[in-house]
Amino acid sequence: MSSAALLPVTALTPVYVLIGLFLLAAAWHAGRDGNHPRRWSSALFWGLLALLFLIGDALPSVVVGAVIVALAVIAGAGGVGRGARSERGADERAAQAARLGNRLFLPVLAIPLVTVVGVIASKLMLVDGKPLLSGQQATLLALSLGCVCALLAACRATRESPARAVDAGRSLLEAIGWAALLPLVLAVLGGLFASAGVGESIASLVASVVPTDNRLACVLAYCLGMAAFTMVMGNAFAAFPVITGGVGLPLLVGVHHAEPASMVAIGMLAGYCGTLMTPMAANFNIVPAALLELRDANAVIKAQIPTALLLLAANVAIMEWVVFRHAG
Amino acid sequence: MNWWPLIGVLVVAIGFVLRLNALLVVVAAGFATGIAAGMDVFEILAATGDGFLNNRFLMIFVLTLPVIGLLERNGLREQAERWVLGLRGLSTGRLLIAYQALRQSAAAISLTHLGGHPQTVRPLLAPMAEATATRTHGMLPDSVRERLRAMCAATDNVGLFFGEDVFVAFGAVLLAQAFLAQNGIAVEPLAIALWALPTAIAALLIHGARLSRLDHRMTAEIERLRAAGAAR
Repeated sequence: MSSAALLPVTALTPVYVLIGLFLLAAAWHAGRDGNHPRRWSSALFWGLLALLFLIGDALPSVVVGAVIVALAVIAGAGGVGRGARSERGADERAAQAARLGNRLFLPVLAIPLVTVVGVIASKLMLVDGKPLLSGQQATLLALSLGCVCALLAACRATRESPARAVDAGRSLLEAIGWAALLPLVLAVLGGLFASAGVGESIASLVASVVPTDNRLACVLAYCLGMAAFTMVMGNAFAAFPVITGGVGLPLLVGVHHAEPASMVAIGMLAGYCGTLMTPMAANFNIVPAALLELRDANAVIKAQIPTALLLLAANVAIMEWVVFRHAG
Repeated sequence: MNWWPLIGVLVVAIGFVLRLNALLVVVAAGFATGIAAGMDVFEILAATGDGFLNNRFLMIFVLTLPVIGLLERNGLREQAERWVLGLRGLSTGRLLIAYQALRQSAAAISLTHLGGHPQTVRPLLAPMAEATATRTHGMLPDSVRERLRAMCAATDNVGLFFGEDVFVAFGAVLLAQAFLAQNGIAVEPLAIALWALPTAIAALLIHGARLSRLDHRMTAEIERLRAAGAAR
């Protein structure tokens, strides 16, 4: 058996290998850090996660699932800690800022710049008239390339080594801790919710309590249903087919002759208001709180709730005003 | 009507309210949902594993960390502060309004990666906001600093969410169009993207109005804290 059959290679393999190597470095640093408060359990956590990125495709799904459970248990037992900081003192940083000036901004800008150029370039790579890469693959590959280019530019600008950069990144990763894995595990839960029919239960619940002959009540049910189910799923994309299929199409389009294009556009955005209010959207709400080293994990959600509620009300008003413009 | 699938939602809600470890809560909710759907333990583990492998790309943000970490070691945050303090008379509220407008317009022309929490909020926006606030108010009390940082993250999210939908080829627009097509309704993606504009404008106005009151609110909060401190 060839090694290619053992480890299936896809367009995204380089992305996963890069992430896996970085996580492996984090595990290595934790294991070697004698002053690490959770030395071995942290090393085990990042090491197992690295393994899933490096050889996950070759493992049976059941084993991968069992490793996820093990990671959750390590995190739940408080096993993921924060080791040595890579930061320099404030004086030293200020001196470096004065010396390097705006050159420090260039590598940061290189990330989006290379990403955009890469995505555009990928559209030119055609095989039999079709794009070689899907839009998502192109974006992820270009973003990874952007990070590598930015890393080289940052090493050049600061005259520090890539190894130092990896250690600095490891220090930031440990500041985020197990929350870094949360968006991924929530996506898994979303899949399980979908296959168990959580959406259908919610849609029929909403449809059963709404007075269907009242137009405004139907608009409210659709917009609030999108927001609420997005809060449950953590993702408006997952809520959209369920609530639009269960409430939007039968009630608004079917009974009240709403115009579908504007209805789905505004319905999706009502869902986004839900995204602003839920810890389930961890990559937008919980990971940033960890990154900004906030004591309250829900501080970002609290900052967003007034905007989200006002904007949800605005979406209801816009929908009521817009979607029936052709209806009698 | 089958209510059992909703048990996973209940587990998540209780877990978050009791502030248990979110990773553990979410995995437990997955098991509760799977069992309610009649799956056995091995099927649930396999579904969890498959879901993980298919969604691995969500961890891609960690690749930005070495760049940001190295630059922060070398004074990136300090340079962001120096740069913003060179802009005389820029209030914290106006800084965040400008950031939201930029973030939203960039997202509307598909430049969604021009920004983000590890790339811009932590190393650039938050230090700039804190520097302008410190210039106006002096040393910030911890609670004020904490809320200001949270507002920076919130502003990035609002700008991204309500900008990206205006772009025709954005995933949400294509998803909505494909869903309508499946249900026998043909619409142009452009028609969907166009109707994201009123909400985009509403987001700019609503969040912008909150940001324009930000400096005033920080002043009030700091005075309240000082009065409470003096009373002790």
